[in-house]
Amino acid sequence: MYNEKVVDYFMNPRNSGKMENANAIGEVGNPVCGDVMKIYLKVNDDHVIEDIKFETFGCAAAIATSSMVTVMAKGKTLQEALRINNKDVTAELGGLPPQKQHCSLLAQEGIEKAIVDYFARRGEELPEGLLFPSTAVKCGRNCCGDKAKKIEEEPFISDNHRATE
Amino acid sequence: METRKVYLDNSATTKVDEKVLKAMLPYLTNLYGNPNSLHKWGREAHKGVDKAREQVSELINSSPNDIIFTGSGTEADNLAIKGTAFALKDKGKHIITSAIEHHALLNSIKWLKKIGYDYTILPVDQYGLVDPKDLENAIRPDTILASIMFGNNEIGTIEPIAELGTICREHGVLFHSDAVQAAGHVKIDVEKLPIDMLSIAAHKMYGPKGVGALYVRRGIKLTPIIHGGGQEFGVRAGTENTSGIVGFGAAAELAAARLVNGEMENETRLRDKLINGLLERIPETQLTGHGSQRLPYHASFCVKYIEGEGMLLLMDAAGIAVSSGSACASGNLEPSHVLLACGLDHATAHGSVRLTLGHTTTEEDIDYVLEKFPPIVEKLRLMSPFYDKKNKN
Repeated sequence: MYNEKVVDYFMNPRNSGKMENANAIGEVGNPVCGDVMKIYLKVNDDHVIEDIKFETFGCAAAIATSSMVTVMAKGKTLQEALRINNKDVTAELGGLPPQKQHCSLLAQEGIEKAIVDYFARRGEELPEGLLFPSTAVKCGRNCCGDKAKKIEEEPFISDNHRATE
Repeated sequence: METRKVYLDNSATTKVDEKVLKAMLPYLTNLYGNPNSLHKWGREAHKGVDKAREQVSELINSSPNDIIFTGSGTEADNLAIKGTAFALKDKGKHIITSAIEHHALLNSIKWLKKIGYDYTILPVDQYGLVDPKDLENAIRPDTILASIMFGNNEIGTIEPIAELGTICREHGVLFHSDAVQAAGHVKIDVEKLPIDMLSIAAHKMYGPKGVGALYVRRGIKLTPIIHGGGQEFGVRAGTENTSGIVGFGAAAELAAARLVNGEMENETRLRDKLINGLLERIPETQLTGHGSQRLPYHASFCVKYIEGEGMLLLMDAAGIAVSSGSACASGNLEPSHVLLACGLDHATAHGSVRLTLGHTTTEEDIDYVLEKFPPIVEKLRLMSPFYDKKNKN
């Protein structure tokens, strides 16, 4: 069900664990849904992500997407990191099974929330021109937000396409 | 180095026993007749089915004519529930079951509700036990059937079947039990137990997939749910799965022997070694289900701070097959209804893992699991934001 790259990023996670000297932390998800992701950032004065780590409670897809998003965001400016969306993360992993797509939303939202935290800690307003592609800071599942519904509706309908009731 | 292979998912399915396969093969080759045909080919096939019916009936001490072969345990459950509901629709339309039943049961009664039936789902305690008093209180004048599983697939708990059945009998309510996980692993005597119907499946006792059976006590009339020829006493139409049924018979005979030759005691000992060993080695882990009133091959846990699918995949990479009732592992978004019914919170239920032994599981297999599992849990915990919080506090 998972491709080799997803399995690799799950089995050998990059940038996992906590960061002691983080200057921004974003935690997204909900333990009820089974996914919680925490992103730690070390951002320098030029707004470049010098270091990034994650901690994730969740399935293999959640861990693999967390891992991948940290790899993609490391060394990028905040502006650039915000342009990483969940589809990029999924694509970089070579795809995820349909019922696991929502995990990639969590990765995108984790980065966004950490960046919001970075400016909040400094008592600064969010700079003009910073684009936040995702408005939801939820786990992205049916139980918590509408956003994931659109993604998940299709596979669930197609699973039952032969049965009326 | 070749990694050891340890299959501990025997609740999902078991490996067909060599002796079972040997019994089946002739019915896939030379003995290919239709058991309903009158000629020699047909009579030979019929003999195989007859023998299997006897072997299966001996496992549960019923009469051979009380065994209806079906295509699966799920179908046996469907036949028991819907067959009774349709047959007794003029008597009443209320069915009682428990919150920890298999979906074959729960989805059957939920579907019946859409066509005018009604049901009560009994709660369970933290060990997954149904309280017989709850059953008694739930019985109404229009109750026709109660169905409580014998042994639970996810938590291994064995229900107080004798008490539950007795209450049903006292109130003139039919009693069905899904014994798919229990049959062949614990002694079941339908002459001694007040059971009216019992579902069993071959592939949970080292027989082939695609064959199950419903025991139906004499005198109980069921409305068929599959219509066609008059096979299986007119209750289940369709040309018999001869080789599968013969395999089921052979598996049942072998299982009956294991129940008396002490093999189950050894399996229980290995199960307890596994349970106690893991609880000792992995802190903040709880056994799910009942400590002693449980299936002899069944060990199940909730491991705190991590999610079941990760454990499953890392164990798989170490050559060990286990399963999990977590949402992610099951493919839908809710953790197991069984664990939630036992009162576990969602986050804990997401950390569920089940290890189910087989008759070939060895001491070395258990030692290997006890060695491999704790570091896997630690690896995942070190990635978990909850474990981190815990260490800080």
